[in-house]
Amino acid sequence: MNLPQILYLACGLFCIGLYGALTRRNVIGLLLGVEIMSNAVNVLLLGFSRFTGQVAAQAFAVFVMALTVAEVVVGLALVILLYRTLRHTDVDEANHLRS
Amino acid sequence: MSALLVGYALLLATMVMLALFVTLGKNLVHSVLGLALLLCATAILFVVLRAPFLAGIQVMLYAGGVVTLMLFAIMLTRRGAGVEIVNQHIPGRRLPAALMCVGLFGLLARAIHQTSNWPAMRSGPLPTTRDLGLSLFIDHALAFEVLGILLLAATIGAIVVARKRDHGEPEAQRRYGRTTLPREGKS
Repeated sequence: MNLPQILYLACGLFCIGLYGALTRRNVIGLLLGVEIMSNAVNVLLLGFSRFTGQVAAQAFAVFVMALTVAEVVVGLALVILLYRTLRHTDVDEANHLRS
Repeated sequence: MSALLVGYALLLATMVMLALFVTLGKNLVHSVLGLALLLCATAILFVVLRAPFLAGIQVMLYAGGVVTLMLFAIMLTRRGAGVEIVNQHIPGRRLPAALMCVGLFGLLARAIHQTSNWPAMRSGPLPTTRDLGLSLFIDHALAFEVLGILLLAATIGAIVVARKRDHGEPEAQRRYGRTTLPREGKS
């Protein structure tokens, strides 16, 4: 295993997640895409940490993980509010949060 | 050595297949469970990349916490028993999004392909969990504290946003018109 393989994998995962985030109709499906994207970034950081021996990359990965969890928590709270207001979780028809 | 390479290739192929399954799957619950598998496969990759502490965090935090939270959100936003959970793609947006993603991947792959003299697999000492802890609590101590404040703010914000604010009106009454119990003062 060498570094370009890790980079190709991370780029591929990022693009797949981006496709999901752009095309999903359900908000939770969109959040799944964002989750895959941040996971790809973590793979990239840890790959560089393995091949250059920098510990700062691993610290960055810890920060990325915590930020993703915070984003998912707020996002799911918004999903629940959206469902309570509009009775569906469709991205395209969600133009307002207060009915 | 070649068995090891086959194992790596299998791991990478599994991760890509799982990501495609999560992104293209029809059933939302299956997608979330596929995401759990993808995160566990990523944890295995982290072990291969000599970051066992982060692999443990990955399994506990994502596969344990985030996936459970997402399943809760799906169950809370169902329309009722027997109703299919919609997880379709927006039809008019599939082709532009696919072109954009393939283009982005081509751009990145071209940049990777054209770069030479990559660092070889490091043979010297690698950062251990002890080094990670020292780095987090000494070099990045301020950022770590700010991160704690951010997590607190996100938690409070999520509670405030998702709280019921129906001002005493029961949800059953709002949904079905009248409840079975008449209010006091009316007949």
